[in-house]
Amino acid sequence: MTKWYRENAPITAVKLADELMRLKRGSVTRRHFLGVTGLGLATAVLARQPGLFNSTAFAGDLGSQMSIATWPNYHDPATFEAFTAATGVAVEVNVFGSNEEMLAKLQAGGTGWDLFVPTNYTISTYVKLGLIDELDLSQLSNYDPSTQNARFTHEGMVDGKTYAVPKNWGTTGIAVNSSKIKAPVSSWKDFFEVAMTEADGRTMVHDYQLTTIGNALVSLGYSFNSIKPDELAKAEELLLRVKPHLYAINSDYQPAMRATDAWMTMCWTNDGAQLNRDMPEIAYVLGKDGGEIWTDFYAIPKSAANKPAGYALLNYLMAPQNAVKEHIANGAPTTDSRVLKLLPEEVTSNKIVYPDEASLRPLEFGAAVTLTDPGRAELMARFKAA
Amino acid sequence: MRAMNRKRNLATAALVAPAAAWLAVFLVLPFIAMLVFAFGERAPEGGYQPAFTFAQFANLPTRATAFWNTLMLAPAGALLCLLVAYPTAYYLAVKANPRYRLILVSLVVVPFWTSLLVRTYAWMYILGSRGIPNLLSMIGIEDVRLLNTPGAVLLGIVYGYLPLMIMPIYVSLERLDRRLLEASADLGAKPVSTFFGVTLPLSLPGVMTGVALVTILLLGEYLIPQLLGGGKVFFIGNALVDLFLQSRNWPFGSAIAVTLVAVVVVVLMLAMRIAWKIAGTRQVDLV
Repeated sequence: MTKWYRENAPITAVKLADELMRLKRGSVTRRHFLGVTGLGLATAVLARQPGLFNSTAFAGDLGSQMSIATWPNYHDPATFEAFTAATGVAVEVNVFGSNEEMLAKLQAGGTGWDLFVPTNYTISTYVKLGLIDELDLSQLSNYDPSTQNARFTHEGMVDGKTYAVPKNWGTTGIAVNSSKIKAPVSSWKDFFEVAMTEADGRTMVHDYQLTTIGNALVSLGYSFNSIKPDELAKAEELLLRVKPHLYAINSDYQPAMRATDAWMTMCWTNDGAQLNRDMPEIAYVLGKDGGEIWTDFYAIPKSAANKPAGYALLNYLMAPQNAVKEHIANGAPTTDSRVLKLLPEEVTSNKIVYPDEASLRPLEFGAAVTLTDPGRAELMARFKAA
Repeated sequence: MRAMNRKRNLATAALVAPAAAWLAVFLVLPFIAMLVFAFGERAPEGGYQPAFTFAQFANLPTRATAFWNTLMLAPAGALLCLLVAYPTAYYLAVKANPRYRLILVSLVVVPFWTSLLVRTYAWMYILGSRGIPNLLSMIGIEDVRLLNTPGAVLLGIVYGYLPLMIMPIYVSLERLDRRLLEASADLGAKPVSTFFGVTLPLSLPGVMTGVALVTILLLGEYLIPQLLGGGKVFFIGNALVDLFLQSRNWPFGSAIAVTLVAVVVVVLMLAMRIAWKIAGTRQVDLV
């Protein structure tokens, strides 16, 4: 004997209507309604299908979707998949090429980001402009300030309040394909010279004022963070001279380096480690004349639509056992001693990721003033438009 | 009588109202906002702060290269498009077997079903080191660079905008009265002189529509130069993105946008005038 399909249904239509009216009258709770009708379970299942229900679903307080703004090649995709599997929240990843771009989006409003990855020098400005919230550390049980290396993490605090917690630190150096370029490259001075000679048409600079202008300044013997008009003018002159020789102005340089379209690029630690891991001929060099040392943080925008999910993902990422996988995949050095202990020897002994203290000494942390200085912003825009 | 007039006016108003409201909210108001911004100043942290200054317009020459690139590459791209599109449209409308015509015409449109972004990305791989240059190196031609050159941008433009050029030309050729061609042949004209004396002039409205359409869209192009030009071949669209999304200089960005709109209007008027002159007294069905 076959059963009519409705006998298998969790609830009859009449009873569903009854329960709905009871819910509308307020005589039962939403929880009761979702439980007795089976809708809670149904939405919990459906919520795992990204794109099916983009609005915050009834069940669970985390919603079904969240969005993170970060950098290219900066996460292990498996991390987000595992988070989605654990919580039912799908993570949309947006990548950016510069902090200025992130700031511009947040200033314009309506980003929809629930979590983003700003660099150390921007945080005081975000706080000043009221674009990020002080973090509620009670929701971040996995974050432990006492295990963090304060040298890298102090800029997450403003006036004693924690606005951002560290993702990782890193450096901005030079990636050189040694099978293509024979000239020695060990400084930013070399970088710009080789860019106009042996690596003509094969060099990339970031689409990012801080590093592109900063490293040009360093190559001329000035501070990475200079905003002095005469020094900036010299840097502009150099950049305009180099521009016809460049392959591209783009912060997502891994594809071009891997395809050997580009032979040399300004490069962040994590990209340097990833490139070198897959193509040992690509070396990662720190400028002996200077350059940038940085820390990237996680922060939650004031305008976040789904803060609970933002906190949940952040807390997930702060757990050492999750962070360690991120660090192995991404290749950036950790600020957290708990993670450092879990990392395999081959990572911690990698000189690209954990360079000698001496090679870090000439490097400078980015300064807050460079983010908003109109001179640097306009110089970068002029350089690109030239 | 008056009642009927009023009724008709009401009907007209009802028909026009949605479009008018749409234009007012999404075109006129933003344009006014942009004009106001263009006379303002960049706030210390970026963005806009009220002021009344012509400084932004005085700064326009610093973007001369971007304007020049746009004003050269947009018409050049449109003309290249035309050179490729005309024979295609001619074949489709005149020569192709009518039985397959619909299939062939839909083949022109099919690429539109995939996002331009994805198709342009595909070109990045075709033109990059692992694509055509790799094949060329196999026959001994080494170190060819195609990607991130003005040529790659032009190629991307022709590829991306070709259907927009083919369609209006195809329509104007298809409407062509075949009896005129027979009459021309009867009067002793050779096929070549029939083409230049009859077919081409009669298809000019379609050509002008296509050229204007592609040129106008190209004046605001951003994506293709960004992806195939490596951020080095700079259009005004790219300069605008930079000013709003990187240097956060809204007033200067607005000034450039206003100037671009003015330039587009001038280009459009010139194009229309030329079109009318060439096509004689006939109306050119453009935008």
